[in-house]
Amino acid sequence: MALDINEIRKGYRQQFIRRIVLLCALGIATLVSFFIDMAVGPSMLDFSQVIRAVFSPDTVELAEKVIVWEVRMPYAIMALLVGACLSLAGCEMQTVMNNAMASPFTLGISAAASFGAALAIVIGLSLPGVGGDWMVVVNAFLFAFGATLLLQLLSSIRGSGPEGLVLFGIALVFLFNAFTGIMQYIATVEALQQFVFWTLGSLSKANWDNIPLLAILFLSTAPFSLASAWQLTALRLGEDSARSFGVPIRRLRFLSLLRISLLTAGAVAFAGIIGFIGLVGPHIAKLLIGEDHRFSLPASILSGALIMSLASILSKSVVTGAIVPVGIVTSLIGVPVFVALILNRKKR
Amino acid sequence: MATLRISDIHVGYPRKKVITGLTLPPLISGEVTVLTGPNAAGKSTLLRALAGLLRIKGSIRYEDQELTTLSAQKRATIVSFMPQSVPTDINLSVMEAVISALKASPLDAASSSNEHLHQRAVAVLERIGISHLALEPLSQLSGGQRQLASLARSVVREPNVLLLDEPTSALDLRHQLKVMRLARSFAQDGRIVVMVLHDLNLALRWADQAIVMDKGALVSQGQPTAAITPAVVEQVYGVRVRVENCSLGLPNLIVDGELQQPI
Repeated sequence: MALDINEIRKGYRQQFIRRIVLLCALGIATLVSFFIDMAVGPSMLDFSQVIRAVFSPDTVELAEKVIVWEVRMPYAIMALLVGACLSLAGCEMQTVMNNAMASPFTLGISAAASFGAALAIVIGLSLPGVGGDWMVVVNAFLFAFGATLLLQLLSSIRGSGPEGLVLFGIALVFLFNAFTGIMQYIATVEALQQFVFWTLGSLSKANWDNIPLLAILFLSTAPFSLASAWQLTALRLGEDSARSFGVPIRRLRFLSLLRISLLTAGAVAFAGIIGFIGLVGPHIAKLLIGEDHRFSLPASILSGALIMSLASILSKSVVTGAIVPVGIVTSLIGVPVFVALILNRKKR
Repeated sequence: MATLRISDIHVGYPRKKVITGLTLPPLISGEVTVLTGPNAAGKSTLLRALAGLLRIKGSIRYEDQELTTLSAQKRATIVSFMPQSVPTDINLSVMEAVISALKASPLDAASSSNEHLHQRAVAVLERIGISHLALEPLSQLSGGQRQLASLARSVVREPNVLLLDEPTSALDLRHQLKVMRLARSFAQDGRIVVMVLHDLNLALRWADQAIVMDKGALVSQGQPTAAITPAVVEQVYGVRVRVENCSLGLPNLIVDGELQQPI
C-alpha cells in the first residue's frame, strides 16, 4: 500500500527521534560506566563517595579525593577517550575502505603505530626537532598514516577486492610485528620493559598531562568526521553512485585516512595496542542505529567509549587487588562479541 | 533543445584501451538514447566515461560546458549515473539513501532546506512507485526493488543528463516496462536520457535513438529500426535474426540461431 507524503515524513521523523533517543541512552550508559569505573579499584570506594569526590571534593577525605582525582579519574577518562578514538577510526575505516572487517587493529594500523613507538623508545629515532614524549606520538602517527596509505594503495589495485584488503592488512600486521620483534631483540632491558606497555595495551600511563593531548586530538578530529557524515553515507551506496552525487572521493578518502591515522596513533601512543574496539564498537553502533553516518559516527564514538570503560572495570575486577592490562580484556571479550555479531548478521 | 556532444573520445584502463577516437552524433534533450551491442563492446565504459567515472581524452560538451574539465560537484549538478549493481548489505532506509544522494554535494541554494529536500525525495519515490518502501531498509529489498531505489537516487538530483547502466537487468517484465516508461517520462521533462540495454526488443520499442557499438567503435546509429537491423545484429552478435512487425504493428526481433550453426 502506498504511503502518502505525510506518513513518510512522520515515519522518517520518528526514525530520527528514535535514533536521537538511542544516542542519549548510549551516552547515559557511558556516563554511568565512567562513574562505576571510578568506583572500582584495589581500594574500594563506594559509588556515593565517588560522586561526592567528583562534585564536592571538599566534603570527602583527602585520601579519597586524591584516589579519585589523581588515579581513578585520569584512568577512566583515558578509557573513554581511547575507546572513542579507536571506534570512530574503525567506523570511518569500514566506510572508506568498503569493508566490514576493517579496523585499525585488524588491518595493521595499530601494529604500524606500535612499531613507530618502538623506534622512538628503543633507538630514539624520530623526525629532526621532535623530542621527548612527542617523539613517540609523532612516530606512531607517521607509521599509522604510512600504513593506511599503503593499504589504500593496495586496495586500489584492480581486482584486489575487500577480501584482498583484509589479506593485505594481515600481511601488514605480520610485517610490523616482525619489525617490532627486531626492535625488541636489540632493545636494552629498560627499553624492553617500557616496550611491554605497547604490546599489552594498558591505561596505566593515564595522567593529567597526556589526557588533554588525546582530548585535543579527538576534539580536533571528530567534528571533521561528523561534517563529512552525508558524504560518508553516500559512499556506502557505492563509489560510482557517490561520485555521481558529486562526492570528491579522493579528497574524502585522503582526509578520512588522515583522521583515522591521527586517532589510531593517539590511542596507541597513550595506551598501546588495544584490540577489537575499532571493530566491535562501530558494529554495535550500526546494528543499533543503522548506517546514516549522522548517527552511526557519534554512536560509534559512544559505543567505543562504553565498551572500553566496561573493559576497564573488568580489568580491575577479574584479579582482586590487581589491574590486568585492558588490552588483554578487550581482546578476550572482543572476539566472542564479534563472532556473535557476524552470526547474528548471517541469521538476519 | 539541449545537446550533449561527444567528440573524439579515448577511454581505457591502464593496460587496455577500450574506446579510441569515438565520435557520436549529438544526443538531444527529450530523447531516450539506447546504447547496445555485444559484451565487451564498450557500452558501459562509454557510459561511465560520460558520468565522469573514468579518465578520458577528448571532449564531452553539454551545451557550452566542457564536462571533462568540471569538478565532481559541478558535474553532479548536470549529470547523474545509475550503476549496474548496487551494494546489498546496507543498513539504510530507502528514504535515507535518497536524501543522502541530495545531501552528498550542494544543490542550488533555493533547494537546500530540509523541508524542500524531503518533499523532493518523496515526490521521486511516488513517481517511481516505491513510496510504500520509503522506510524499509535497503538490505531487505528484493533485487528489483533495490534497482528501482537506485533509479530514485539517480534522478532525485534532477540532472540534465541521466545515465542508466542496464536499469532493467534485475527486473521482471512488468517492472522492465515500468522503467522504460519512466525513462521516457524523464526524457519528456527535458532531460537527455542515455541507457545501456541488452534487450533489443525493449530498445526497438522504447528508444528514440539507438547506438550499436562493437569493439569500442560505433557500428550504427539512428532511429531504432534503422540502427538495429538484421544485418547489423548478425555482424556484431553473430546470430541470425529477423525483425518483423507484430499484430500491433510494432517491431519485434526474433532470433533464429547462431550464424555458424545451421537451423
